[in-house]
Amino acid sequence: MSLSWTRIGAILRKELRDYRRNRFVVATMAATPLLFIALPTIQLIAANATGKAVTLRVGLSLLYMLVIPVIMPSVISAYSVVGEREQGTLEPVLSTPIRREEFLIAKALAAFIPTLVTAYAVFGIFLAIAALFAHPVIVSAIYAGTHVLVQLLFTPLLAGWAVWIGIAVSTRMSDIRAAQQLSVLGSAPPLAILVLMSLNVITVSTALAIGLAAALLAFDLLAWRVVATMFDRERLLIGGRR
Amino acid sequence: MVVERLSKRFGERVAFDDVSFEVGVGEVFGFLGPNGAGKTTTVRTLGTLIAPSSGAAKVAGIPLSPRNGPAIRSRISIMPESPGLYLRLSVRENLECFAGLYELDDIRGRINRALASVNLTDRAADLCGSLSKGLRQRVALARALLNDPAVLFLDEPTSGLDPVATREVHELIMSLRASGVTIFLTTHRLEEAERLCDRVAILNTTLRLVGRPDELRAQLFRRSLDVRLRAPLADPGAVFGAVSEVEGWEQAPSGYTLAVSDPDLAVPALARALVDADADILSLAESHHSLEDVYLELVDEDVEATRR
Repeated sequence: MSLSWTRIGAILRKELRDYRRNRFVVATMAATPLLFIALPTIQLIAANATGKAVTLRVGLSLLYMLVIPVIMPSVISAYSVVGEREQGTLEPVLSTPIRREEFLIAKALAAFIPTLVTAYAVFGIFLAIAALFAHPVIVSAIYAGTHVLVQLLFTPLLAGWAVWIGIAVSTRMSDIRAAQQLSVLGSAPPLAILVLMSLNVITVSTALAIGLAAALLAFDLLAWRVVATMFDRERLLIGGRR
Repeated sequence: MVVERLSKRFGERVAFDDVSFEVGVGEVFGFLGPNGAGKTTTVRTLGTLIAPSSGAAKVAGIPLSPRNGPAIRSRISIMPESPGLYLRLSVRENLECFAGLYELDDIRGRINRALASVNLTDRAADLCGSLSKGLRQRVALARALLNDPAVLFLDEPTSGLDPVATREVHELIMSLRASGVTIFLTTHRLEEAERLCDRVAILNTTLRLVGRPDELRAQLFRRSLDVRLRAPLADPGAVFGAVSEVEGWEQAPSGYTLAVSDPDLAVPALARALVDADADILSLAESHHSLEDVYLELVDEDVEATRR
């Protein structure tokens, strides 16, 4: 089956235009990064530069950064299908030659791209503030070990997980709020592993980080197919009548 | 479009059953029926949005099957009852999105032509959320015209529109017919169907009748004459019985209704008989049955059958 990137691009452009004019989405995209950059930055700047506490503080601060690619896309993607249903726009779109796989990829990219841009931008700002204002010991702790690798690897992979969970929930729910709550809940499990890594319960090695990343990548690739089978035009159009 | 014994069931509930009809190229085909008769489900089935439970069909010449879904959808357009526009996007942005979904070339030109055909060129930059219901319906029509469809499905296109907007939609449908587009029109408005459609089908879960409105009238109602006189006849049985073309008669509120074999023969003979009986004739004309009469007759039959 060949995918049409023209059709995927049409939905993607429409979604990004729609986001820019949707106050709820703009607020989510603005508030989440602000919140998650303020707390770790204050924590790091105020930290004492001694021993094990430094590693813990740095780990926890960087954990905040990884909450962004979980929360933001799960809220946006949960809206993707159920939102179209509620607006009455799903039927006209599905009446066009678009295939469900193309529709889902477009919806996924529309949640994934802004998340990735925001999350990397916030991480960059965090690193810049830390370099300018934090104690040199803390700065060197940030760059030591696998912290930066974990951030760079896990940001897109966690976002991918959250996007597919959100879309899967969105294809099955008929209420936007319920979909968003379930989506955030469903996106949280991988964070538990990262919390354990940040608290040094699990010792992070480069091999472990790459292994976990590979597992998440496999999930993200498989999820597209699984969600595509869950996407049933008939059920989506006639709701609970089946 | 050829539909053969098509049915759709949702579990135990039958949406429509054993539906067969054909629609010719360039024809405006009206699909009538009460609420819940299965009209919208039929449109969605023929538009490959939902799968039939049984039966077969060809839409725009392509056999109806899941594999052919994208090919069929690229050759047709469906305008649902609700316009389904992205309200935070402008009229042009909405059309750009759909032009992309149809992978059209010359997007700007097509959008301009579609907007011109619904008289919305000057509203292209307006957000759809700021438009009235009538204007939104016109945007939805422009969207349905973007891909120059071979078959255009219009589901209640004038629902909720004021008379002026309704007339504009009717004019557009007539101009589309003139340009050879096949139109499948579901409507509750019987005068709309009578005015616009070459043929109509009346659906009430099963297909009750298909044909030209005048054929349906002839099928359902005997030909009859309405006779209005200044005063009632002393012995109507004797007067009407003397005219061989009169097959039966009954008293009506404003005179008499006569069942006749051939109105053209019956009228002169009846006029002579009435004059001979010293009756003052106010009017003598063939009864006219509207499509609404046909529709109500069929739907009433179904209600009676359900009660029995």
